[in-house]
Amino acid sequence: MPKKGENYEFRSGLVSQYADERKDTIQRVIAAMTTGKDVSSLFPDVLKNIATHDLEQKKLVYLYLMNYAKTNPELVILATNTFVRDAEDPNPLIRALAIRTMGCIRVEKMVDYISIPLKRTLKDDNPYVRKTAVICVAKLFELNSTVCLEQGFLDYLLELVDDSNQMVVANSVAALLEISKSTQKDVFTIDYKILNKLLSTLNECSEWGRVSILSVLVEYNADKISEVHEIIEKITPQLQHENPAVVLTSIKVLVKQLDKLPNNEVNNVLGRLSSPLCSLLVSAPEIQFVALKNIRILLEKYPNILDKELRAFFIKYNDPLYLKLEKIEIMTRISNDDNCMLLLSELREYAMEIDIDLVNRSINGIGQIAIKVEKCAKKSVEILYELFINRGDYVVEEIIIVIQNILRRYPKEYLSTIITVVADLKFNDLSKPESLSSYMWILGEYAKEIPHLEEKLILIVENFDDFEPIVQSSALSSIVKISLIKPTPKTPQLLQQILNKATKEIENADVRDKAYLYWRLLSTDDKELQKDILLNKLPILESTIDTFTPGLLEELLPRLGNLSSIFYKPASSFIRFNNDKSFVTSSALQSKKFEELQQIAKNEIVNNAARADNLLDFDDDNVETPEENFTQSETQGNNILDELNDLFSGIGASSTNKTTTTQISGKNNDIFEILGGNTTNSTSPGSL
Amino acid sequence: MASIVYLLDSKARPLIHRDYKGDIPANLVDSFPLLLIKNSSNTTNHTANLTENDCPPVIYNNGYSYSFIIHNDIYVLAISKSDINIFNTLVYLNDLISVLTHHFKELNEISIKDNYSIIYELLDEMMDFGIPQLTDDKILKEYITQQSFTFEKLINQVSSSATSTHKKIKQSKQDRRAPPSTLTNQISWRPQGILYKKNEAYLDVIESIDMLINSRGQILTSEIYGTIKLKSYLSGMPELQLGLNEKFINSGLNSIKSLTSQNIDLKSDDNKKSIEVEDVKFHQCVKLSKFESDKVISFIPPDGECDLITYRVHSNILKPLFLIEYKFKNHSNTRLEIMVKIKANFKNKVSANKVEVKIPVPSDIDSPKFHYQKGKLKYMPSDNFIRWKFHKIEGGKEYVMVAELMLLSVINEHDLMNFRKVPINVSFEMQGFVTSGLQVRYLKINEPKMNYTSYPYVRYITKSGDHYDIRSGRYGAGL
Repeated sequence: MPKKGENYEFRSGLVSQYADERKDTIQRVIAAMTTGKDVSSLFPDVLKNIATHDLEQKKLVYLYLMNYAKTNPELVILATNTFVRDAEDPNPLIRALAIRTMGCIRVEKMVDYISIPLKRTLKDDNPYVRKTAVICVAKLFELNSTVCLEQGFLDYLLELVDDSNQMVVANSVAALLEISKSTQKDVFTIDYKILNKLLSTLNECSEWGRVSILSVLVEYNADKISEVHEIIEKITPQLQHENPAVVLTSIKVLVKQLDKLPNNEVNNVLGRLSSPLCSLLVSAPEIQFVALKNIRILLEKYPNILDKELRAFFIKYNDPLYLKLEKIEIMTRISNDDNCMLLLSELREYAMEIDIDLVNRSINGIGQIAIKVEKCAKKSVEILYELFINRGDYVVEEIIIVIQNILRRYPKEYLSTIITVVADLKFNDLSKPESLSSYMWILGEYAKEIPHLEEKLILIVENFDDFEPIVQSSALSSIVKISLIKPTPKTPQLLQQILNKATKEIENADVRDKAYLYWRLLSTDDKELQKDILLNKLPILESTIDTFTPGLLEELLPRLGNLSSIFYKPASSFIRFNNDKSFVTSSALQSKKFEELQQIAKNEIVNNAARADNLLDFDDDNVETPEENFTQSETQGNNILDELNDLFSGIGASSTNKTTTTQISGKNNDIFEILGGNTTNSTSPGSL
Repeated sequence: MASIVYLLDSKARPLIHRDYKGDIPANLVDSFPLLLIKNSSNTTNHTANLTENDCPPVIYNNGYSYSFIIHNDIYVLAISKSDINIFNTLVYLNDLISVLTHHFKELNEISIKDNYSIIYELLDEMMDFGIPQLTDDKILKEYITQQSFTFEKLINQVSSSATSTHKKIKQSKQDRRAPPSTLTNQISWRPQGILYKKNEAYLDVIESIDMLINSRGQILTSEIYGTIKLKSYLSGMPELQLGLNEKFINSGLNSIKSLTSQNIDLKSDDNKKSIEVEDVKFHQCVKLSKFESDKVISFIPPDGECDLITYRVHSNILKPLFLIEYKFKNHSNTRLEIMVKIKANFKNKVSANKVEVKIPVPSDIDSPKFHYQKGKLKYMPSDNFIRWKFHKIEGGKEYVMVAELMLLSVINEHDLMNFRKVPINVSFEMQGFVTSGLQVRYLKINEPKMNYTSYPYVRYITKSGDHYDIRSGRYGAGL
């Protein structure tokens, strides 16, 4: 007897008379399925094993079914009868399993079959079954909202919000929230009574139950101040929960209420937020990252909540880069008079790291706090100078940008140090357009203080053609300014050259127009007017830390933790809400009658089985003729069909089960014989 | 929340998944590796190894959001279609990882492949339709019918000699026909009907210190993470009450209520012993509101182990427990000499156990030679450090070691110096005290029905956290 390959082995294992072997085979089938093998041809054989009191085995079969629920819903529908029966099983675990699995089969026809068992399980005595059924309502709603509404399932849900069991309550509100999100309508309005129920249930819930309830409470608009107080009083203890999801969702609820509180009370609540917020930073880096993004939003609204917590944001050596950058982002925002020196020394360390992105961000951060906190500006400039002296190639580019900003905030104070840097800087050290542009701006603005100015200018004019437009533009402005402030013998000539180049050789329209404007202006005789226009000082820079527009901030606050809180965009701007129900694998399936579906499924199984076995036979035997092949698959197909019919006619109670299995195994023996006969037949001509 | 949860291997290829909502196309995950590369925050060097690519954990692409956590080179990924709460999803994924780790000792490609059906079962029980249901490991075990497969278990089965010291006489392992009622009970973390012959409870107060010390011995940052671990082997539904010293409780309460008002600050300044407890977190069994109102920590503990309380301590009087002196000599880029001196900076009555110093070295060094007085030295080529191990160091003692390293002839000066940016890491454990001054005054155990007597055991342990680091060189400064 030649070896028949995996599927064949599986099949014989599945109908084995030994329960252990059957169970073991199902396990291996599941493993094969997970690795991507097509084991759908085994469907009838696996399904036979569902009628058992062995919970472990039943679960395994359900796992198999569940996996095909998405790709082959028409197959799983064959098991409907079994599901309906299992939903009445004396074991609540099985009832729950059945109703949960039914909900996962996304074929329209399923709706007809699920209604009755679902209604029953919603009223089940066992809370575990109820909490599972409640979620099934949300599944049904996604599948067919009209039926769901017609059959009054939403009302059931609303009733169950008042259930005695906290898990059922939590899942009911979660399901309602899910439904109202998918329809974008309010199907669930919280009144005072529900609010009280939810608040009192909160403390009894498991962590994820709390998250569900808190998520719903975010949506609640309290209008009386007494309600606001009550919410705050009940929610604040949750901030000490060990699960970060509970903590952040609680914060979300609290923040929503804050606007309704009088000012003095607001600060009380805000004070309680700081240490829970820091506690979010003691978890996996991925979670920290999202936490930091959210902290940034909160800081924008309440800038002082983390004033004393700078240390919590210090970078750890093995933080991933994205986390390091985000931490600096937060640290610069919470810098103030008290902590700025500490922060500076920390940033100085980071600026000496290896990673270029981190170094640049740190230098940029030093500039940001120098501008934000006047007290530490001097120290910042010193550190920048020190970094410049010990420079790696890449720090210079960022330093020059930062220095420009510092000059725009403090035009005179730190000039002597800064001029040393600029004077020492080789033009060739810079390559980034932003850095070059900053460099030019400083040359133009502080022409009088800079030594060897002419040499630098000659280089600029020579390389003018190669610059980016933004650099060309600032080069132009600088040279024009210099020719007014500090004319030297060579400046008129340089000016002429650069204006010529800019107007004749440069294609960028902005640069060219700017050059023409300058030229025209310089051709007038009114020197005073020229100075008036060209040497006008820029306004003092107040801050280089980005802020949200107020509208955006208000939109982000209620969405803490969501996608928008990470990308800082309102959800509507980047998320497409598809209303097409694409979860149904093929629309053609939807219109079919149940019987037709069964037929389709049967055919598919038969074909699959035939195909699988054919392939195997080819391996064994190459001389087989197509005709033989066909007849063989047909006989086998018939066999499988018979088995399927058996399956529907009744895998009845467990007593009959035994007999069916033996029958089936007998039948399979027949198949073995047929196959065996075939192979010997077909090999014989070859040997002759 | 999540529509689908995947476990992916180190190349971001799917190993196993569970589809919760069915609104994600099956082939969507195939594009995930590309997205990882595209969104890498590291603009300069793309490494061949995906997991080191530093991609932020949330990606949005073409209508779908991907959020993931990397653990042991395994990606745990959730994909979703709508604007979901990413934070909660990530926390859930993290919990999923810890549940799987509990089940298989270690979560990696092999343990996943050995345990497909149990993972399916877990995924099925832990989340339904994208709504997380249950992530408590102990309770999940009641629901899971499959046995997990690990090599150790196999060995145990064969030798079958391992017997637990705490034998439960009877755990109402309910008949499989009835579902465990624990989850839906009021007390969702403890099953009923537990019975032990000997009723015992162990409290471990563990404080791990993370510290960053610069080359001059100054503390840059220090953080103490405290945990009170409870191991309880108690019958029935015992009600426990834990009493801690006033100072700790007050400090904890103040931080919760953020009452760092001026008079408290003044007081602590007078004492010069300002230890602030922050960020106190309780296990879900502790009655939160009762702590705030009555300063009482009362709870019905879960069976077995749990982290009852976690907290952080902020202290500005902390001294480094170990002083490290580091000297480094480069002999014309062919030979390096590293000298490290460790001094135990605490009283000589106390001693530290399991001290381990990790001294970073450049990659690709040859034939290291060590001169040392005590401990054991070993060069770990795969991780680029020298490990200096002591069984025990007594207070006040100091030890020196010198390592001579030959370098390969071709070496870039810049690369050579990079190793000095990795700090020296020290790990240790000390018993008998904790730095925060927390003291357990009492642990009352009361089981209303059975009335047994039980004595709690308390241990105090101070140890290093993952980051007890000493910077060896001055950054950036050439030598």
